[in-house]
Amino acid sequence: MHLNRIFGLYTVAFIVVTVLIGIAEAIFGLSKQWIGWIFMALSMGIYVLIGIITRTSDADQYYVAGRGVPAVYNGMATGSDWMSAASFISMGGALSAQGFGGLAYVMGWTGGYLLLAVFLGPYLRQYGKYTIPDFLGARYEGNTPRVIGVVAAILASFTYLIAQVTGVGLIVSRFIGLDFNVGCFVGLVGVLFCSVLGGMKSVTWTQVAQYIILITSYLVPVVVLSFKLFAVPVPQVMYGQLLQSNNVKAFQITADPQEKATRALWAAESKALAEKMKDPAVSDADKDKAKAAKTAADKQATAPAAEGAKLEKYLTVPEGRGMWNFLALTFCLMVGTAGLPHILTRYYTTPSVRQARTSVGWSLFFIFLLYFTAPAYASFARDAVFTGLVGSQVSQLPSWVTLWAPAGLFSVVDKLGDGVVQFADFVVKSTDFVVLATPEIAGLPFVITGLVMAGGLAAALSTADGLLLTIANAVSHDLYYNVINPRASLLRRLTITKIFLIATAVIAAWVATARLAIIVEMVAWAFSLGAAAFFPALVMGIWWKRANRPGAIAGMLAGLGTTLFYMVGSRFFGLSWFGTNTVASGVFGIPLGFITIWIVSLLTKPPPLELQNFVSELRFPKTGGAAAETTHIGAAGAAT
Amino acid sequence: MANLTTEQKESYWRYNVKLTTVLLVIWFVVTYLLGGLFAGALNEIVVLGFPLGYYIAAQGSLAIFVIEIAMYAKLMNAKDLEYGIREEG
Repeated sequence: MHLNRIFGLYTVAFIVVTVLIGIAEAIFGLSKQWIGWIFMALSMGIYVLIGIITRTSDADQYYVAGRGVPAVYNGMATGSDWMSAASFISMGGALSAQGFGGLAYVMGWTGGYLLLAVFLGPYLRQYGKYTIPDFLGARYEGNTPRVIGVVAAILASFTYLIAQVTGVGLIVSRFIGLDFNVGCFVGLVGVLFCSVLGGMKSVTWTQVAQYIILITSYLVPVVVLSFKLFAVPVPQVMYGQLLQSNNVKAFQITADPQEKATRALWAAESKALAEKMKDPAVSDADKDKAKAAKTAADKQATAPAAEGAKLEKYLTVPEGRGMWNFLALTFCLMVGTAGLPHILTRYYTTPSVRQARTSVGWSLFFIFLLYFTAPAYASFARDAVFTGLVGSQVSQLPSWVTLWAPAGLFSVVDKLGDGVVQFADFVVKSTDFVVLATPEIAGLPFVITGLVMAGGLAAALSTADGLLLTIANAVSHDLYYNVINPRASLLRRLTITKIFLIATAVIAAWVATARLAIIVEMVAWAFSLGAAAFFPALVMGIWWKRANRPGAIAGMLAGLGTTLFYMVGSRFFGLSWFGTNTVASGVFGIPLGFITIWIVSLLTKPPPLELQNFVSELRFPKTGGAAAETTHIGAAGAAT
Repeated sequence: MANLTTEQKESYWRYNVKLTTVLLVIWFVVTYLLGGLFAGALNEIVVLGFPLGYYIAAQGSLAIFVIEIAMYAKLMNAKDLEYGIREEG
């Protein structure tokens, strides 16, 4: 009750504040920059405040929030822990560009929760310690499996963390006009306040607060847009009609003579650039530029539908190698979802196995609300381009285009010079505009755009919190306390965790400011890495008593090694197995991990009887690692 | 925890394995067959504007996953009570 009241009040307060800012905008003409500042300051202020209120120096509280997080709230926390800047800002756009192929992300990032629910979640809760390497160390007797776990956890989490910090930097620079680097360090402060003082306890309750902002701000713009177009505020159902009208429009665009002429100009440009790339007199730097320009021109020269087909490319299901990659990517993302340590640790924090089971359901439900809506976002934005932008005069562009053009996400080039916008004139540099510009497309005041900013910030910060804590715990709890100095006092352990939290965050922010292009690409790799390293060893450890230490070590190394080998090989050295894309590298390592554990375990001695009993006990719930009294947000967990 | 006999333990675990298998089969069929391999063929059927193959991959599968996990939690939690497994938490 206590928690419901707090978060209920918080939600109401949040809505009231948004409305007040809206009124201030309408009546006093509050400037866009001010609205951005207010949203950022208020939301960050709340997170920092929660961080301070929930500070703790109790080990159970610090590592697993006292195992007192009720299923529903753990579900919300997992939801925002899971949904990153990429899910919030980029997914709708990625779907609009990739069509059916992009749905691998939608199915992959949700279907993994079923694997988590039936294979791992309840059993990890029954085991009831602090980290995922903890489980590997206990189940597979010793420090080697634990250390491999630590390395894999850091490998999978660190690039992912950098991407979140980059996300914060981008949002802050786009909305408030602060320098990108300053934005990264703003993110750093937000993340540290929420994690250093209270560890998992602070992170959990901040994530719940962040989820509420995240989901509200994601749903509002597209619900309003749906209401405007169809008088029904359910975009998730109404976009079916847009799929049809967009499909018709795509064929019109393909056949239109003006569009054809525009595409021909782009194709000619692409050809000229190809010639330039062959010219030995051109410097390497200029060749790279020409290559990028050629890729862009090729995209513009492509028609949205194939003549004579029934469905436009957006709805067309890939075949052959395309289908293989679609299925392989879906598989890697699913298994990765069930293998990423920052999500798995969340199921240590529920009071019981029963609640762990329910909690996975709530987690997916809260994630579902966003992912179920993302394809609708894509269709509504395509409709805005197809019916609002295409065919309009270059001198009279729709307001969302003029507002967002300066941000550099897209541009309108009048290729034919006829003063009319062709579809091929719309050059998209970042599909992020799909989510960012929807409030403007729906004709909503800027306050809603500010709300979306706060949502994106919440998504990036909440994921960063969870990742940061996972990395710091892997180093301080698993490496330092369990391997190097098992006699360290609690105070010393917590101090070291805090030092590592700060150090990791600073390094992540520093790397983010370098703006390496490869980071965005590497985020998707984390899923294959986590999947291949953890999933086979965890599942076999719970489901097969005969799995032993040599098997697990060999399996984790083989899975992780193969995945890394294929990743680096296919990305940089032209390696190709069955034409598989780099992003789906785990499709080889995951099965290999299982097979290796099986064969090596059978070839070596079975684990001792105590361990086999340990596995039996995992299967019958009786709440290992007793729950503390239900945690409250009140000072240091004081019970009421 | 109630002291379960070996037989009870075995039947509890068998139930769990059976339930898990059924859920995984549904998961596999929905994701890899309906939302994957056969999505192209299913696209011929259009409901409320949605080509069916596209719909399953975009929304239908997600809804099924949510229902599956909810069923799992409900059935296993009920099974626990049936076997007298009560946690302190």
